[in-house]
Amino acid sequence: MKNLIYLDHAATTSTLPEVVDAMLPYFSAHYGNPSSVYDFAQQSKHAVQQTRTTIANALGCPDKDIYFTAGGTEADNWAIKETAHAYRSKGNHIITTKIEHHAVLHTCEYLEKNGFEVTYLDVNEDGIVTPESLEKAMRPDTILVSIMFANNEIGTIQPIKELGEIAHKHGALFHTDAVQAFCQVPINVKEMNIDMLSASGHKLGGPKGIGFLYIRTGIKIGPLIHGGAQERRRRAGTENVPGIVGLGKAVEISLATMEERAKKESELRDYMMDRILAEIPFTRINGSRKHRLPNNINFSFQFIEGESLLIMLDMEGICASSGSACTSGSLDPSHVLLAIGLPHEIAHGSLRLTLGNENTKEEIDFVIEQLKKIVGRLREMSPLYEDYMKKGNK
Amino acid sequence: MYSEKVMDHFQNPRNVGEIENASGVGTVGNAKCGDIMRMYLDIDENHVIREARFKTFGCGAAVATSSMATELVTGLTVEEALKVTNKAVMEALDGLPPVKVHCSLLAEEAIHAALWDYAEKNHLKIEGLERPKTDISEHEEEEEW
Ligand SMILES: Cc1ncc(COP(=O)(O)O)c(C=O)c1O
Repeated sequence: MKNLIYLDHAATTSTLPEVVDAMLPYFSAHYGNPSSVYDFAQQSKHAVQQTRTTIANALGCPDKDIYFTAGGTEADNWAIKETAHAYRSKGNHIITTKIEHHAVLHTCEYLEKNGFEVTYLDVNEDGIVTPESLEKAMRPDTILVSIMFANNEIGTIQPIKELGEIAHKHGALFHTDAVQAFCQVPINVKEMNIDMLSASGHKLGGPKGIGFLYIRTGIKIGPLIHGGAQERRRRAGTENVPGIVGLGKAVEISLATMEERAKKESELRDYMMDRILAEIPFTRINGSRKHRLPNNINFSFQFIEGESLLIMLDMEGICASSGSACTSGSLDPSHVLLAIGLPHEIAHGSLRLTLGNENTKEEIDFVIEQLKKIVGRLREMSPLYEDYMKKGNK
Repeated sequence: MYSEKVMDHFQNPRNVGEIENASGVGTVGNAKCGDIMRMYLDIDENHVIREARFKTFGCGAAVATSSMATELVTGLTVEEALKVTNKAVMEALDGLPPVKVHCSLLAEEAIHAALWDYAEKNHLKIEGLERPKTDISEHEEEEEW
């Protein structure tokens, strides 16, 4: 078996060993239900509270503004659907962007079917939502603006503070999906004009199926999940205590290492992007080079298709992802790559590599050599390359 | 996701390349959907396919079906080659995942397109051969729940 080179940290991360260790006692020794009265359950209750404090400190908000959910998707659904319901009397217009995760896009489409109007903002060729375009789209009946902090495919970081300010100026609430950004770049909800923020544990060394929604005090949205009185009656269901404990530990570690990781990963990222651009012809980088997550690399290799590329990388033990249609389960390539203006055939040839703390320069050198070979091989097989070379030689 | 046969034909595709002055060349598919297949046929005076080669832009299944299709048609007469269906290609590959069935349709269509080109060049009429569709796209089906 070949050594595994994992370059898909935007898909998910391994749960850190310290996180697993922190979680284990909450399956066995401290299995009590946080809602129970007796002393035995108090440890569970306390642990949940501790994670809430860790996250609140990270974001610069009161503890009580943090609500645990079963991941980023639920947090996005909650913020958008319940803002729509609660503020309907004020208006029925929502603004989001064309590059959101499906957790946001499909939620907005659902609301459209239920009588809401949604504007999907274009982005520029770097994948950035310009403050001007948001300003233009704002209407008196706009109740919510939802714009992701950083994009999961091309890593572009949005000017969140300015965008939030515009939303507020027009009396709308501002939500951001920070699933890819939280613990990768500094976030302060107050300074950045954020009213609601979604995040997820498994992107930052925590377990899967746990996340949270930050809801600023004063925002009157009701629960998405109805039932018991957990989470101050706003999110029913017995708490995922081990998950919450793991999330807390992961946030603690990821925050402490954020600066150092960002430095190391952005150096590796730039090294790889520069080398690939120089050494593989007919290649482009997708997304902004400047406003970019430290760990995100995204290329398009002309004349080849992404799934073939992924399978060949997989045969060398390299885990990556692509925006090609074949990997998305539909016939269309990634909506993000189309939104930054790529033609379909270029979008099909995209490759996303997302770094983690454990990746080394040796691994990156190996991947570059493999990519050169594989891209060359697939181009030899490609009728598009053949056509291009014949036309070019005439 | 893929059968061993598919992986074998993807990793070691048979008959990749071009044939110079081919008797027939057909290109089908559409880069928009992410698949383009080009089939080259060398056909002798008895209408027997001496050699088949291909180039493909597409996913693993598209490469494997192209490769298998070239193997299946080599040595067949034009009339026999016309009867190589997408089903036959799929069966020879021990099946494809449901979302990849359209790749096998592309292979069948590529054979037809190359035969059509051959017929046109030689002013032949091949029984049962129709002008190929150049653009193959399937409608996505909603899953029921
Ligand atoms: C930007 C973004 N939003 C939301 C999600 C969904 O998060 P989760 O997997 O925790 O539901 C993801 C992860 O896939 C993501 O990248």
